[in-house]
Amino acid sequence: MHIMTSTITPTLFEQLGGEAAVEAAVDKFYRKVLTDDRISHFFEDVDMDRQRGKQKAFLTMAFGGPHSYSGKDMRAGHARLVAMGLNDSHFDAVVELLGATLKEMGVADDLIGQVAAIAESTRPDVLGK
Amino acid sequence: MATIHHGGQKYELQPGESVLDGLLRNGVAAAHACKSGSCGSCMMRVLEGELPSSSQPGLKDSWKAQGYFLPCVCVPNGDLTACEVGSDARVPARVTSVDYLSADVLRVGLRCEAPFEFQAGQYLTVISQKGLARSYSIASLPDESSIELHVRLIPNGRMSGWLSKGSPLGAQVQLQGPSGECFYVPGRSEQAMLLVGTGTGLAPLYGIVREALRSGHSGDIHLVHGALRPAGLYLRAELAALAAAYPKLSYTPVVLNGEGESGVVTGSIDAVVAEKFSSLAGWRGFVCGDPGIVRSLKKKLFLAGMPMRDIYSDAFLPSA
Ligand SMILES: Cc1cc2nc3c(=O)[nH]c(=O)nc-3n(C[C@H](O)[C@H](O)[C@H](O)COP(=O)(O)OP(=O)(O)OC[C@H]3O[C@@H](n4cnc5c(N)ncnc54)[C@H](O)[C@@H]3O)c2cc1C
Ligand code: HEM
Repeated sequence: MHIMTSTITPTLFEQLGGEAAVEAAVDKFYRKVLTDDRISHFFEDVDMDRQRGKQKAFLTMAFGGPHSYSGKDMRAGHARLVAMGLNDSHFDAVVELLGATLKEMGVADDLIGQVAAIAESTRPDVLGK
Repeated sequence: MATIHHGGQKYELQPGESVLDGLLRNGVAAAHACKSGSCGSCMMRVLEGELPSSSQPGLKDSWKAQGYFLPCVCVPNGDLTACEVGSDARVPARVTSVDYLSADVLRVGLRCEAPFEFQAGQYLTVISQKGLARSYSIASLPDESSIELHVRLIPNGRMSGWLSKGSPLGAQVQLQGPSGECFYVPGRSEQAMLLVGTGTGLAPLYGIVREALRSGHSGDIHLVHGALRPAGLYLRAELAALAAAYPKLSYTPVVLNGEGESGVVTGSIDAVVAEKFSSLAGWRGFVCGDPGIVRSLKKKLFLAGMPMRDIYSDAFLPSA
């Protein structure tokens, strides 16, 4: 008997719904960020339209989608925030809000786990460690 | 180091300096206003040399192809030769009327001497004969015979001073634009809309509301106009009449200071809006006027559930 070995597994990004899922998540996520007293001050003086674009970049990356940020970019991009006191507790808060957003959208727990793992992998760069 | 050839002269740019900053530093009277790549008033055309791609934001493809660029956001990698834009990129217009809408707001009528296409709510940049450039939102509709602007008088303001005291009637100006995404897009006609403006931030909203009504918008339309004092609430009778004629339109004047004026709400506009409109999922919003209030209101509308991509705004930043 012949077994098909080349069944194509959709990527995490595809399983989540790709670009459309990022679009669906971004406003929900950004509202949580802006109203969370633990971290909202990091987002205070950033232009909202520009910030929405950056949130989309963040979500695309965390969803395992195509992006061109290197670890060095993540370091440089958050250096200003590290200088403001960005630490592990803030990082944990962002991962928590990300999980809550996906949960609200009805995403399965194992996929949420995979997203959290991708976010986790950026921790040293984001926190400048 | 990049050298700019302009008007028969050579100017050396400093590292990281934009073409516009370099010219201004050398005393060239180049027209400019926003200095951030949006108003288009500094537009030039490249004759020789290579433009960085970031120096043509928002320009029409046909203009890009002809080498038009915005020197305020152009930091070239090599030498450039650039010239002023030709008459094809600007529309000459004449000031045909100036009257007072309130003690410190002028209504300025302009008649274009060539076709100038725009959407109600967009803004244009007026460039005077002396090269002074200032952006103003358009309050009129595209098919009206003249373009109407609402210009607030600014103490020692150069453009508003000229318009109020410098006998501008009949004078020729150049119009650059239109620019901006703050306009009514037909479709989703049942969507509820909230329009909030402070001061002359009413100008684009006055166009957008009338455009939406004329397009048969079927959803509710709420217009909120804020001013510091009751005397700053211009076009009140017109707006009240419009709201009386269209039951789906509501008009709420708000003042920060002033008691007991009938039909006027007292309070800070962002608090009044946040209280009156607390659940905005699925709505469309327009916010114009003072930059600080625009920022605060955008955030309030978003947190009340309005989708970010349905929030349109123009912050009336002073010229750089
Ligand atoms: C997209 C856009 C749309 C705009 N639409 C309109 C409009 O529809 N109606 C309108 O009236 N204006 C509008 N403006 C503002 C307008 O472009 C000018 O900045 C304004 O008219 C002042 O120009 P001026 O030449 O009279 O004063 P300037 O000579 O530029 O300023 C004189 C002095 O006053 C200060 N100043 C400027 N503006 C203010 C202010 N608002 N409050 C306090 N001090 C100030 C300046 O910093 C300067 O010190 C808009 C701006 C932008 C960017
Ligand atoms: C969880 C891992 C994180 C990832 C993968 C991530 C990713 C990103 C990305 C891709 C950008 C856009 C960069 C750009 O294009 O300029 C960005 C910007 C930003 N991030 Fe993060 N981020 C993370 C954690 C955090 C945390 C914990 C905070 C603060 C609590 C934060 C706050 C910001 C802010 C404020 C910006 C905008 C910076 C600016 O415009 O100056 N991020 N992030």
